Amino acid sequence: MAGALLEVRDLRIHFPTDDGLVKAVDGLTFTLDRGHTLGIVGESGSGKSVTSLGILGLHHGGSARISGQILLDGENLVAADPGRVRELRGSKMAMIFQDPLSAMHPYYTVGQQISEAYLIHNKVGKKVARKHSIDLLNRVGIPQASSRVDDYPHQFSGGMRQRAMIAMALSCDPELLIADEPTTALDVTVQAQILDLISDLQEEYGSAVIIITHDLGVVAELSDDILVMYAGRSAEYGTAEDLFGRPGHPYAWGLLGSMPRLDAARTERLLPIKGTPPSLINVPSGCPFHPRCGYAELTGGKSITEVPELREVAPGHLVACHLTAEQQRTIWTEQIKVKLGGREEG
Amino acid sequence: MSASLSAAETTGQAPAGALLSVTGLTKHFPVTRGIILRHQVGAVRAVDGLDFSVAPRETLGLVGESGCGKTTTGRLLTRLLEPTGGQMMFDGHDITHLRMGQMRPLRRDIQMIFQDPYSSLNPRHTVGTIVGAPYRLQHVRPEGGVRRAVQELLELVGLNPEHYNRYPHEFSGGQRQRIGIARTLALRPKLIVADEPVSALDVSIQAQVLNLLEDLQNELGLTYVVIAHDLSVVRHISDRVAVMYLGKLVEIADRDQLYALPRHPYTVALMSAVPVPEPVRSADGRRQRRERIRLTGDVPSPLNPPPACRFHTRCWKAQEICRTQEPPLAELIPGHRVACHFPENTSATEAAPAG
Repeated sequence: MAGALLEVRDLRIHFPTDDGLVKAVDGLTFTLDRGHTLGIVGESGSGKSVTSLGILGLHHGGSARISGQILLDGENLVAADPGRVRELRGSKMAMIFQDPLSAMHPYYTVGQQISEAYLIHNKVGKKVARKHSIDLLNRVGIPQASSRVDDYPHQFSGGMRQRAMIAMALSCDPELLIADEPTTALDVTVQAQILDLISDLQEEYGSAVIIITHDLGVVAELSDDILVMYAGRSAEYGTAEDLFGRPGHPYAWGLLGSMPRLDAARTERLLPIKGTPPSLINVPSGCPFHPRCGYAELTGGKSITEVPELREVAPGHLVACHLTAEQQRTIWTEQIKVKLGGREEG
Repeated sequence: MSASLSAAETTGQAPAGALLSVTGLTKHFPVTRGIILRHQVGAVRAVDGLDFSVAPRETLGLVGESGCGKTTTGRLLTRLLEPTGGQMMFDGHDITHLRMGQMRPLRRDIQMIFQDPYSSLNPRHTVGTIVGAPYRLQHVRPEGGVRRAVQELLELVGLNPEHYNRYPHEFSGGQRQRIGIARTLALRPKLIVADEPVSALDVSIQAQVLNLLEDLQNELGLTYVVIAHDLSVVRHISDRVAVMYLGKLVEIADRDQLYALPRHPYTVALMSAVPVPEPVRSADGRRQRRERIRLTGDVPSPLNPPPACRFHTRCWKAQEICRTQEPPLAELIPGHRVACHFPENTSATEAAPAG
């Protein structure tokens, strides 16, 4: 794993509350190579955002109990001093938040907010920082950047604010960029512009990107690898082709079956996952997905008693399910794929 | 159904048999200056002349980007807002300017499903009170009492009737949306306007609610107007689809026709912008980008919409005529109306009669 920029090993983030221990992330392991994009998908409450905040060290000061390892370029951020994490945050790793209107401060101009991190991490004057901000705004495609730099966030439209957020994240050339639902608040046409921008910038800067979203379409457009999370654990991990072409986990099948899609013939019925996501205080025993899984009985009760380990079903394709690789393949091709409608092979 | 209606639609009369028909529906919100001497300085032209009709048991989908006036349209249809102009006929009655008292009986027939299941349920009321509220407000005594009626409704939408005395916070987002739907159904309405009914929900839950809406339609013979920004959701649930841009309808057609061969450049661009859950790789294994039509910029302000064709500022096909003459919503082929001078996906022979 020479090329790995980020390695997360057995990460656990728990929050003690009055009602019990919330296991938001519970034994998560993945790797991200330089220049690659990892998509993290899952329903709300699956631990996607908690993971990203954990990587950035933003749980410090809260009640969170964090264990495991987060290795950024070999340096363990979980054990590191908060001051050191602060140094890295903004310079080596940065984040694009979901809702630019609430993530930006309404009292400061867009330019001031973009240059803030740059001023902290570099020994430069305000003039240089301002020029740098204008360059960045130009780079993310804001017209008349030299005058818009003095505007306040409310003077920007939703799409422009998201561009400004991206400029802010890029201000110190981060090697790791985490985008948490970067386009959820945007219209499709603007979403398309932002997705293109993220991929252009990634090519230019060569950063590694983690994109967190519930939209499988967005993930497919941007990601090399995909991690499917369920109840704070990884359910499946593989390349985008693995996940969309031959998914192995019943939860991944459920996600694909729930989604009406434009590129396939319209199906009469969607195939939703039954039930609701589990409570993170009382995670179901064994495989956390078993109460909602339609194939749990095939494992002969193992799903209810034993937590499934991530197993390699094909090189680089890991699935945490008690079904054998053979069973997964058969069910996917014979039962699920046919129901998803006649999409043309390509 | 829609094909037989369309002939009447183009002549501008209310088509026979339509449950709801709307002509020239307009809503302008005044923009005023001054505190003591208030005077109007302009108007937000949120909805600017819509013509469409909805047949009984049909689902009409209304799509468009934020700010195109789809929510305002929904509120006009339920008469939560007073239209500035135009006419609305519901079930043979003109409901355009009914007063509050006159609207009361009509509220039983037209109901709304709201977007946010968190803010649309009163946190201090039990599920029983929430779902039973329409009976109380309309002074209706259901057979067998309110409690039984509510429990039947809960069962109908797939909730446990035992949960009658629980509070909204004890339910998940999807369950809350079901509570909202149960409340909507209490008075057995004929028309339901659903404003983004699933956009606040997770994908798996979204599918459950979409299936539920379909089942209820089949079971109870409901008519829906579904407002949504998600093109794939609209395609899944609608029989006919209307596309809005800046307060105007730009295209309205049968679902399959619209999605197979969209005619308006805006519709074409919207569809190409939807990310497809199918990764594309080039021969050397690199991730590749899908070819799509890129619209630049944002939707112009409805305070001062562009003249003539409102889409011309972002349209790649725009010519002089688009800036000077507004294209009418013309019927290109039966049941498919488009407001464009240069529609896409049209062979020369078809384009001729549209002029």
